[in-house]
Amino acid sequence: MTLLSLHDLSVDLRGRPILADITLEVGRGEFVGLIGPNGAGKTTLMRAALGLLPFTGHSSLCALSDAARARSVAWLPQAREIAWPVSVENVVKLGRLPHGTGTRRMDEAAVNMALDRMALKPLRHRTATRLSGGEQARVLIARALAQETPLLMADEPIAGLDPAHQIATMEVFAGLAAEGQGVIASLHDLGLAVRHCTRLVLLAEHRVLADGRPEEVLTPERLARAFNVTGYHAQSEDGPVFQPLRVVRDNDPRD
Amino acid sequence: MSRLTLALSLLVLALAVLSLVLGPADIPAAEGLRALLAGGEGPVPLVMREVRLPRMILAIVIGGSLGLAGAAMQGYLRNPLAEPGLVGISGTAALGAVLTLHTGLAALWPLALPAGALAGAGLAVALVMTLAGPRGGSLTLILAGIAISAMAGALTSLVLNLSPNPYAANEIVFWMMGSLADRSMLHVWLALPLSLLGWAMILPLGRGLDALTLGEDAAGSMGVSLTRLRWLLVLGTACVVGAGTAVAGAIGFVGLVVPHLLRPLVGARPSALLGASALGGAAMLLAADIAVRLVLPERDLKLGVVTALVGAPLFLHLIYRLRKEGL
Repeated sequence: MTLLSLHDLSVDLRGRPILADITLEVGRGEFVGLIGPNGAGKTTLMRAALGLLPFTGHSSLCALSDAARARSVAWLPQAREIAWPVSVENVVKLGRLPHGTGTRRMDEAAVNMALDRMALKPLRHRTATRLSGGEQARVLIARALAQETPLLMADEPIAGLDPAHQIATMEVFAGLAAEGQGVIASLHDLGLAVRHCTRLVLLAEHRVLADGRPEEVLTPERLARAFNVTGYHAQSEDGPVFQPLRVVRDNDPRD
Repeated sequence: MSRLTLALSLLVLALAVLSLVLGPADIPAAEGLRALLAGGEGPVPLVMREVRLPRMILAIVIGGSLGLAGAAMQGYLRNPLAEPGLVGISGTAALGAVLTLHTGLAALWPLALPAGALAGAGLAVALVMTLAGPRGGSLTLILAGIAISAMAGALTSLVLNLSPNPYAANEIVFWMMGSLADRSMLHVWLALPLSLLGWAMILPLGRGLDALTLGEDAAGSMGVSLTRLRWLLVLGTACVVGAGTAVAGAIGFVGLVVPHLLRPLVGARPSALLGASALGGAAMLLAADIAVRLVLPERDLKLGVVTALVGAPLFLHLIYRLRKEGL
């Protein structure tokens, strides 16, 4: 079943084309890593799909009503904002807002599950704004998990986390996908993307440059073309390994 | 009902009773309260029902309105320094009222002054929503509000500048200090319906304000219509602040200090702060109006002066505490 379908989606911001004719489908069981260089339009693509930006073309999520969309997709913005000194538990509870009142027991179960998945139980009663940046990021991921939507969209969810929590978060997302949900996350760590995502979508030059299984997408030519880097890619006993190596200068037109 | 709500309700009740038994007319408390409930002929029921009762009701309605609007505004702008006057409504409402005083309309027709204030509030809504747009970010709303407040302030100064004689200027200045003295049930019937309308718009915003804790993008994706939220907030604030200014003049600091003071007691959740702040605002204005009558009763101390005198140091203390927390 498709959770998100974009058809010929284009976005112009201030007269500049950011994205042109993006067509993309994401279904249940997929953990899609949205990769691409800075400014490729990863955030723009996700925000447009949610209807938070004006765009032309079709997005299945944007066609839904506000309330229905809030129960179909959880959105984790890149800006980690917690405006008031609220407890961790209350931040996570905010994820239950779209489900309305009268679902108290389910709300509690969802909040507990989300706290558990992000290993936040010990911090439950702490004030969220007094936590470290990485801890706040995990609290906000837990909020999105508590929304219990079929699709989760996250903008650079693991940026600023320590290695253990980066891997743990990627495993949580992969676990959600294995349970039949869908996850789309923009990522800059290609090594983690290769190891955990079921599919990579490479955005560059205003469009989807490649879309498929990680090892198919990250070919040397595309790495050079989209990221200006070379990379080392191998299959180890412990799964695939990828490490970017060097910057390629010759095909950068700005030089 | 939470313990805090109960405590604040009891505080409001106690202050309301105290407000009823205090006044220049020397009426024993028990006799006054009996006359208030039983009615009847004579001066005592008249003073209780036509002088003290409206004063007490107005303190609760206006104080509650300012507390509620302040909490909602801080929640919407995610800024503890926000207050109901920030979007330019108080300044413009005051300007409207001052114009009726200056032109003499207020002397010709007693309802001209409140009507002028409400017209000012309405104008402020139109201006702020045109300038900031229904969809823009919170910063545009703040900037538009500052511009409108500055303009209204300048025009109010101009009116004062052009006042024909010192007495006219005096009247305007005293009115602007805010007061609940000598208000009648007519003022209550003027302020109450509009305030209730404003409360009906602001009180249900709690869910949306909670969601805004995580920013506008996250709130939007959780099904909160930010356009609707902004309209209801600005219109609701215009109703309550317009009604308050129309009958009591400009009363500052209640909408700023009360939400700030109560925030730690409700776990900082914007939705929980709305009701608590309304009760807290009512209590603060009742207390200030009692203080006005106890301290220098013969000098007609103005309510807005007292709230500012109490509010500003309280606010300084809060800022100091905030700094110590390293926020």
